[in-house]
Amino acid sequence: MEVQDFEQIFQQKIDNEIKIEPKDWMPDAYRKTNIRQISQHAHSEVVGMLPEGNWISRAPSLKRKAILLAKVQDEAGHGLYLYSAAETLGISRDEMIEQLLTGKAKYSSIFNYPTLTWADMGAIGWLVDGAAILNQVMLCRTSYGPYARAMVRICKEESFHQRQGFEVLLVLSKGTNEQKAMCQDAINRWWWPSLMMFGPKDSESTNSDLSMKWKIKRKSNDELRQNFIDMIAEQVKILGMTLPDPNLKWNEERKHYDFGEINWDEFWNVVKGNGPCNKQRLEARKKAHENGNWVREAALMYAEKRKNRTATKVA
Amino acid sequence: MKNYINKYFYGDYGEIEGGSSSSNTTEHQWPLWEIFIRSKQGLDHKHVGSLHAADAPMAIENARDVYTRRMEGISIWVVESKYITASNPDEAGELYEPAKNKIYRHPTFYQLPEEVNHM
Repeated sequence: MEVQDFEQIFQQKIDNEIKIEPKDWMPDAYRKTNIRQISQHAHSEVVGMLPEGNWISRAPSLKRKAILLAKVQDEAGHGLYLYSAAETLGISRDEMIEQLLTGKAKYSSIFNYPTLTWADMGAIGWLVDGAAILNQVMLCRTSYGPYARAMVRICKEESFHQRQGFEVLLVLSKGTNEQKAMCQDAINRWWWPSLMMFGPKDSESTNSDLSMKWKIKRKSNDELRQNFIDMIAEQVKILGMTLPDPNLKWNEERKHYDFGEINWDEFWNVVKGNGPCNKQRLEARKKAHENGNWVREAALMYAEKRKNRTATKVA
Repeated sequence: MKNYINKYFYGDYGEIEGGSSSSNTTEHQWPLWEIFIRSKQGLDHKHVGSLHAADAPMAIENARDVYTRRMEGISIWVVESKYITASNPDEAGELYEPAKNKIYRHPTFYQLPEEVNHM
């Protein structure tokens, strides 16, 4: 069989909604795109723990602290599901970590913004996790089996994240004037970066066409972004707060909300590493990795020692 | 100097490096384990994913933290991935051929008079 035949069989499978599994033949670009997307997704979960970690010791009550700890632990778990899904494509864990730490691999730019107040924990849960969920629900049906299965597990756990975030804001929105102001301020700061999470406009997106053909993605950036805006524009009313966009308006004809222009210069700037916290986040990851080195080595030595001990006992 | 030649695609990586792995780091990597979980008494253990651990006891503890945070399991099996031998999907045709041409193994192969009712 020629490569073209393999490609044809591969595309037929995709068209017939048959999942691609690790040992199946796949085009190199499909493998590469999946490795890039899954590892980037895993890095986002891992780096995403940092802005929230900042508030674990500062949470306003023991209840909130326990909830935040559980959420951060979920994120570590999500990172691990995704790393192992990427590994089925032939990249090693160490290679991925190295790509993250050297800046070759990206993670979601949203985590390069600072978390200034407690209300940010609410805004992150509601807006950032809300945006992520729309993407993740779509990815539950992605064509690569291990990725889809990891996403199903993640989606099951993610909805608690968004609900607790909304609840944090709901409590603040019914609080003192200062608490209300804090709530509104967090929404103002996280709204636009959340919209940027869906990536460049469809007309500017480099990876979209093939990803759609291969059913890695099933909805375009703009489509997902519009879904998100329509959802949040309604939910913000329950909080009695507003979104910081004077052009946000229901369009009866389109049956969608119209919205203002995103600051794309800011978007590209943060992607290129010049966001408010890019440096800090990467340094925190590097430090954690280096400080964990002796633990990883000691565990290997201990496993080796234990194995030898059992071997001599048997002999 | 290297920063000047970096390409910045949105979320892109490793285009320049070509994805070659640095072999010295892989030596220190904890081995990979496949995790199987029995979700409740009476059901089979089912493959749920994989993780890295230095040895089997650690693999079980990690599996508890990674795959059973919400009581998804009551029993865990861990197997080091290198001990799993998998069939090759490219040979599926030959491998399953003996089953394909024995349709008489299925109950629907037999046409019985309607009076027999449920059999």
